[in-house]
Amino acid sequence: MAELLHVTNLETQFATESGLVKAVDGVSYHLDEQEIIGLVGESGCGKSVSQLSVLQLINAPGKIVGGEIMFEGRNLLEFGRHSPEMRSIRGAKIAMIFQEPMTSLNPVLTIGRQLTEMLELHMDMSRSVAKDWAIELLKTVGIPSAENRIDDYPHHFSGGMRQRVMIAMGLSCNPKILIADEPTTALDVTTQAQLLELMKEMVEKFNASLIIVTHNMGVVARYAQRIYIMYAGRIVESGTTKEIFRNPLHPYTIGLLKCIPRLDEEAGRKLVPIEGLPPNLINMPSTCAFLPRCSYKTEKCLHQSWPSLTHVGDQHYVGCHLDLGE
Amino acid sequence: MDHQMNDNILDVKDLKMYFPVTRGLLRKKIADVKAVDGVNFKLKRGETLGLVGESGCGKTTIGRCILRLYQPTAGQIFFDGEDILSCSEEKIRETRRKIAIIFQDPYSSLDPRQSAGSIVGEPLKIHNMVTSNSEYMDKVEKIFRIVGLDPSMKDRFPHQFSGGQRQRIGVARAQACEPSLIICDEPISALDVSIQAQVINLLEELQEGLEGLSYLFIAHDLSVVKHISNRVAVMYLGRIVEITDSQTLYKEPKHPYTKALLSAIPIADPFVEEGRERIILKGEVPSPLNPPSGCSFHPRCFMAIPECSRDVPPLRSIGDGHEVACIRV
Amino acid sequence: MSEQETIITGAAEAPPPVSEWKRFRRVFFQRKLVIFGLVVLMMMAFTAIFANWLAPHNPYRGNLADSLLQPCWKYPLGTDVLGKDTLSRLIYGSRTAFMVGFITVGIAAVIGVSLGLLAGYLGGLANMIIMRCMDALMCFPMLLLALVIAAVLGGGIQNVIIALSVATVPGYARVMHGITLSVRENDYILAEEAMGAGNVRTMLRHVLPNSLPPMIVLITLQLGMLILAEASLSFLGIGIEPPGAAWGSMVADGYQYLLTNPVLSFAPGLTIMLVVFAFNMVGDGLRDALDPRLRGLL
Repeated sequence: MAELLHVTNLETQFATESGLVKAVDGVSYHLDEQEIIGLVGESGCGKSVSQLSVLQLINAPGKIVGGEIMFEGRNLLEFGRHSPEMRSIRGAKIAMIFQEPMTSLNPVLTIGRQLTEMLELHMDMSRSVAKDWAIELLKTVGIPSAENRIDDYPHHFSGGMRQRVMIAMGLSCNPKILIADEPTTALDVTTQAQLLELMKEMVEKFNASLIIVTHNMGVVARYAQRIYIMYAGRIVESGTTKEIFRNPLHPYTIGLLKCIPRLDEEAGRKLVPIEGLPPNLINMPSTCAFLPRCSYKTEKCLHQSWPSLTHVGDQHYVGCHLDLGE
Repeated sequence: MDHQMNDNILDVKDLKMYFPVTRGLLRKKIADVKAVDGVNFKLKRGETLGLVGESGCGKTTIGRCILRLYQPTAGQIFFDGEDILSCSEEKIRETRRKIAIIFQDPYSSLDPRQSAGSIVGEPLKIHNMVTSNSEYMDKVEKIFRIVGLDPSMKDRFPHQFSGGQRQRIGVARAQACEPSLIICDEPISALDVSIQAQVINLLEELQEGLEGLSYLFIAHDLSVVKHISNRVAVMYLGRIVEITDSQTLYKEPKHPYTKALLSAIPIADPFVEEGRERIILKGEVPSPLNPPSGCSFHPRCFMAIPECSRDVPPLRSIGDGHEVACIRV
Repeated sequence: MSEQETIITGAAEAPPPVSEWKRFRRVFFQRKLVIFGLVVLMMMAFTAIFANWLAPHNPYRGNLADSLLQPCWKYPLGTDVLGKDTLSRLIYGSRTAFMVGFITVGIAAVIGVSLGLLAGYLGGLANMIIMRCMDALMCFPMLLLALVIAAVLGGGIQNVIIALSVATVPGYARVMHGITLSVRENDYILAEEAMGAGNVRTMLRHVLPNSLPPMIVLITLQLGMLILAEASLSFLGIGIEPPGAAWGSMVADGYQYLLTNPVLSFAPGLTIMLVVFAFNMVGDGLRDALDPRLRGLL
């Protein structure tokens, strides 16, 4: 499948009171057509910021300071944040669904208006055509009696319903790429399952690609074809889902897998936590960011700078100094 | 009931907690939110019982009822043999020492103006468990060490600790008076994945080290609940729908909601995931203000028959400590 | 628990790079206007305390021969109709202003905070009774209320203080009530109850300390307003009686001579303006330094 998006060496920094935070520190990844990829990491690893950077939705004191984002043959970073090019891409070609369904919708506009607004803007539809389209969209995402609910306000909907509306909005203009940023964290488990299935279905139906940003290894195991694992602003391991789970190589990936409880584990298994604390992104040393917490560290790790990604398998890359024969 | 022989630290009988909904100036009651609607379970000494369910299921409310932070509408809660819903003030004070709680939010559960040492030591003061200042200091230090915190940090304030460390302070505070039961109300949901394991292990180690410490572990993440609990109770809209030991719950779930819940949780293993059956429920969790008739799960149930909407299925035993509330089982 | 674990959780966590106090100082002194305000207030405090030594003449007695003089060497701000030195009256006026301001705030704060705390924490009947009373008082515009009370009680500094206190209490009670309600929602308050702590302990040791920062900001901002209120009362003839030195009455007295001796009214008027401005600046600075989230509220 052809490549849709190719991000190279993206760097986004935040100049805070306490110092410079390198939230995204040289991240490269790509997305093909009709693919679902996962961007995995814990809070503060830069996964959300990297996606916001693609859409140039970074607010001061944040700034995109380097890298290249190739989409449809053009480098998106050449366009200004408020340029017509970026505005025509946001929502229409690359759409994003946010984490908090409570606050992502405008409380004073009806759902219908929020949907038709997007359709009028990007698809040049008239108000009545847009309204019909919007009703169809709501039906597609499983909102019952869509014709009636289209004139309801966000607070009339439950969390799960709101997230469906967000999905509808995301898909309304037939984007090539849908980015789901921790789309289900605020919801019940069964609702999460429903929505993830819905997203997968929709993406297949609309021939789009999906980037799932999450901290949940289970979600990417179930839905993603390829995964990127992030830590402290960089990608530390990447590959197909099966490659990574069959043979995790980076100590952080290994650590993550060992420290989460699994439904299918036998009783009495002891979780192996990752010792230490999440990294402080201010004034990071030039050595590997995972070093303080790594139980595999060697002499080499103490003296060398952060390792770059090495090719270790078909699509499998790892950023680690260890002799990866193990 | 012979107190010494009773090895159930907690015995909840037909617990009901209804919150009235009022309207108008005179606060006339128009409806009840049936947060907990007839719950029965027992918890043995030294055991961990997991209470799992989605929003509106009532699990948090049960925890608060046990602590008497709410006054239940009906039912009995026997703690160490005595019904704590109808006992003397003095007894209530005593149970406050023996039942502790750990909260979900490591940020709002600690007083930002109180030093860590003071937070941890406060229960000691309230229950007059120490006689001198030096004894107090010693005890506080000891508790710090037990939960893996450096005692020299006791003069620091909560905002100077990380989320995981704050939870440790919360655990320390709960542990201070050596309770028999700790209610863990979503203690790790607000933490990063890599830190969650640290706190889970801490809780497990605490229990191993102390004879007879029981946990009521309330959470929505079934993977975690199954891991830490001996037995798990699955709740839906105020009632327990299934209760059994953790392994059986995963291997042989009987209630359709349990099956759906299990299927909804992805396992971090694509190979296992490929082979799993996916049950996607229709609709959403109904509001506790307007629960469906009969079995509250029937509108979303893939095994429902017309009879399901008539009567509330009782929680029946199907052998070996496994109880299910479903007429189709 | 292994030693290693202890070390890891202890040492690895770096405390925030800047201490609370330093951060407070930095944010507080960030704006020049705040510093200006602080300087003005300090000068005013200095003047109030050392009025006896600073004032060149007796503010209460004038030399009739020197009536209505323009500013000159002997009387830098001129004199009023009875020959009293404006500058000296201005200096002594700061004492009045400060006393009224601080004492009023002190009384109102103690009463208002207590009422608000009790109402917010206890809820139910106590809440209803207290807050309805406060609502009733708040129906009257503050100045009007103070005016009526002062008029009924008669003039004089004591009664002005009482009047202003009564008028200010509801505002404090209201804000404290609101803050208490939100502080009360925190889990740590629930934890206190679960631990077996009594109401008094929880209120005094946990709710109150967490409610103070916004209250401190409110009080500081109100000080300026109270000084203005006192000035208004004395301008209207209620309050400090002649020959007492109060800025408001000075403005009132100089009113008739606006065209010939404008300094008589302008000097106290500008001083009032300056002081109120200073209090506002310092209050804003405090608010930003203590909790910028309060920006929309206070």
